[in-house]
Amino acid sequence: MHELSICQALIDEVARIATHHDARAVGRITIEVGPLSGVEPELLARAFEIARIGTCAAEAQLSIAVPGIMVRCSDCGVSSRAEPNRLLCASCGGYRTQVLEGNELRLRGVELDVPEEQPSAVH
Amino acid sequence: MCQTCGCTVTAGNAQLAAGDPGAGPGATTTVTVLKDLLAANDEAAQHNRTHFDEHGVLAINLMSSPGAGKTTLLEATIRALRDRYRIAVIEGDLETDNDTVRIRAQGVPAVQITTGTACHLDAHLVHRALHDLPLAGLDLLFIENVGNLVCPASFDLGQHRNVVLLCTTEGDDKPAKYPVMFRAADLVVLSKADLLEVLEDFDPARATAALRALGRDTPIIRTAARRAPRLEDWLAWLEEQLSAPRALAALRPLETGPTVHV
Repeated sequence: MHELSICQALIDEVARIATHHDARAVGRITIEVGPLSGVEPELLARAFEIARIGTCAAEAQLSIAVPGIMVRCSDCGVSSRAEPNRLLCASCGGYRTQVLEGNELRLRGVELDVPEEQPSAVH
Repeated sequence: MCQTCGCTVTAGNAQLAAGDPGAGPGATTTVTVLKDLLAANDEAAQHNRTHFDEHGVLAINLMSSPGAGKTTLLEATIRALRDRYRIAVIEGDLETDNDTVRIRAQGVPAVQITTGTACHLDAHLVHRALHDLPLAGLDLLFIENVGNLVCPASFDLGQHRNVVLLCTTEGDDKPAKYPVMFRAADLVVLSKADLLEVLEDFDPARATAALRALGRDTPIIRTAARRAPRLEDWLAWLEEQLSAPRALAALRPLETGPTVHV
């Protein structure tokens, strides 16, 4: 159950961003969890309910985007969809493939409530 | 009141967190981040790797299910190589220092990390353990991870190579069941290979096919560490890694493109 460790890392990062922008509160947190990241989205969502207690994300909602898996074949160059335990080229069947999408485990964005004097779009 | 970051979420302003525009002055803004969730771990791992490189130490992260024979393989490896290389071991277990005692009995330094309920080692835990090791006097460091085919795969420790043991007493479809772990392997070791003659269910060809289906041409070798020891391929692989320039091998390759850090 390493999802709790992942949540704590997520909340640390969100806290850093919230402080950086002088945010008063954190709204929606959006993350991407690829099927090859080794993290189970449902367990992560449940762990978040525990990890957020007493933090700046205590009232935040977590949105988890789960991208599909896409591989590119090093032999024939074709990109195709794949399954976690079958990452073969759909065109030639080769196993020398590179994962283009599916490894993601990242924070995509955070909604912050910032005081009025803050610029409205911060990147 | 938040104790972590200084922002304050109270009963009076909690509705702002839900984006209620009528709740007071201020604005909801969306910050685009695109940062790896394990960035803090990855930075610590890179720090560990730099330590290893500065001291010319090859670091190997050993992972498997519980009972696949990691410690027994290490004991046999140390016996075979201790006269030629300076070896140390970091042992990760939920409880007990039993494995550390076994390694020390082979005459090499060993540091125990007791993780309690944590199912994996992370880069920070390994970094702490490094303070108890004479890195300057080492050639080879084994990090024996917590026995678990799931969680350790997500955490880079700063190692140069990942070795995953697939024990012949397990199913030969383990690579298909634990794709994230087996994709991370730089070498797969079929351990307790001396049992293959009596274990009719385990087909090494099926294990290899399951590994290839993960899009990996990872080498697979066989070992036996107790009866009829068979370590030649394993020791040859180790010697090759010890002599090869140590290409940095992060656990999770950045195949998804560059991560934007803020």
